[in-house]
Amino acid sequence: MMATQTEVRTTAKPPAGAIVARLAKVTKNYGPITALREVDFAVHAGEVVALLGPNGAGKTTVVRSLLGLCRPASGNISVFGGDPNQAAIRMRIGAMLQVARVPETLKVWEHIDLFSSYYLHPLPLAETLAAAGLTALKNRKFGDLSGGQKQRVLFALAICGNPDLLFLDEPTAGLDVEARRSVWTEIRKLVQQGKTVLLTTHYLEEADALADRIVVINRGSVIAEGTSAEIKARTSGKRVRCVTQLTAEEVLALPGVTSAKQDREALDLHTLRPEAVIRELLARDPQLSGLEVTSAGLEDAFLALTREDNAQNSTMEVIR
Amino acid sequence: MSTTLATMPTLSRGRSLRQTINVYGKEAKYEFLKLLRFPMYSVSTILFPLMFYVLFGLVFGRQQIGGMSQSTYLIASYGTFGVMGASLFGTAAGLAAERGLGWMQVKRASPMPPFAYFCAKFAISMAFSAIVVLLLVLLAVSFGGVTLSAVEAVKLLATLIAGSIPFCAMGLVIGYFAGPNSAPATINLIYLPMSFLSGLWIPYMFLPKLMQKFALVLPPYHLSQLALSVVGGGRHEANWGHWQVLIAFTLICLGFAYWGFLRDEGKIYG
Repeated sequence: MMATQTEVRTTAKPPAGAIVARLAKVTKNYGPITALREVDFAVHAGEVVALLGPNGAGKTTVVRSLLGLCRPASGNISVFGGDPNQAAIRMRIGAMLQVARVPETLKVWEHIDLFSSYYLHPLPLAETLAAAGLTALKNRKFGDLSGGQKQRVLFALAICGNPDLLFLDEPTAGLDVEARRSVWTEIRKLVQQGKTVLLTTHYLEEADALADRIVVINRGSVIAEGTSAEIKARTSGKRVRCVTQLTAEEVLALPGVTSAKQDREALDLHTLRPEAVIRELLARDPQLSGLEVTSAGLEDAFLALTREDNAQNSTMEVIR
Repeated sequence: MSTTLATMPTLSRGRSLRQTINVYGKEAKYEFLKLLRFPMYSVSTILFPLMFYVLFGLVFGRQQIGGMSQSTYLIASYGTFGVMGASLFGTAAGLAAERGLGWMQVKRASPMPPFAYFCAKFAISMAFSAIVVLLLVLLAVSFGGVTLSAVEAVKLLATLIAGSIPFCAMGLVIGYFAGPNSAPATINLIYLPMSFLSGLWIPYMFLPKLMQKFALVLPPYHLSQLALSVVGGGRHEANWGHWQVLIAFTLICLGFAYWGFLRDEGKIYG
């Protein structure tokens, strides 16, 4: 995790542009399930916002709401100051959605040609093909493409209209590392052209590599929001597992431990300062055995974030 | 955090007339290519009626039905059968799959005019209907000893193409109320019995009396009577009566389809 080579960003850079898309206290239910609970956040012109969360967190519902594809139970949605269902506003939006099946007998260039015709000022076909890395595949039928290539066609359909605002719902789902990196490169190019991007992902690494701002969402609520560096500070750290006579309460009291719990025969803890904590553990329990140190997964990150939700000294803007 | 809303740059006016025609044209063109390259649709909707016609219209073509040769009579009834198949499968199967498997959402998230989508489905079903009828007429004239004047051929074609509209409308209803995978089976469950009961396979007068009465409420019966009247057969009822039934049926179907559309918006929007 977190093996990124992105430049270090200055922290806490306030979003510069005006708001182009916003959800205000949006609640959405699917039957008895609450998909979104008073979700409140905005996307500003020219920035890349990553909506980070595990599967089922409500990321796709946020995107669908912003596209006017689902109407919330309560709250307000505005995109470019209006209703996303208006044709004039749709003209300025491109969307990449997760779709189970795309008509398979049309060729790559034909799909792009059709979607380009919906927009007033589309990119030239060759440019769209090149940007999505599809030039060599343009005469292939959609059904003959690999999973990664299919994703690239959906990406091409999102950008072909040269929109100002892009919604990318898990743009790299199912891609291998190399294909993922090439999508990242394309997203960065879009940003350089001044486009605004909202993307969803469940990879912390991806959010870190691309986003100016990360909104962490879990079980329908925004649990944290901040720059990549701020979120990383909360979610980095290590998971330490060991068999010890110390109780979870004792360990939790140690400085630098963010969570600790007994898991079967061993104790599981999360810390931002593993060296200091391990030294202390060994000093207190010479019998300690089965020591394992692993990178904190997203699960730990969420645990850490929710724990810090109520903490006083949180530097993040927490919306609950 | 700034809370001012982006001032909208002067919004581009809508599409020009040329751009609008372009969108509708491309939507229809790609709908046509999509179906043409899908053999399950293109081959079966074209070949089945032709095959039936060869078997019953040409092989047994010299028999007489209601004062005309069987090969002439069956152009009208298999023409109706072919039009029904092309229209029902052309609209319902695609719509159900695209609704159920997410493609419709991608289209709706784009600035596509929704009307263009439905127009394309109707236009392409009508185009496939025209292909089926043309090939039937060609077979009949070349091998069935059927004589049709040019005017009769054009009238037959026009009647049957116009007659595809009620079945496109019915296809929309099936497309909105059937699941993505069950739609083809649902279509067959309606299409095949309805064809039989309307006298498309076995001529109307050979059906039992009770079924003859029932046929009067079935739209394919009325379309086949209109087609028969062009080639000089049928029961010589007033054509306007048949058209009225077809128009009423179309309106009822469009009503249900619109309900399905709204319900879908409710599901998607609600």
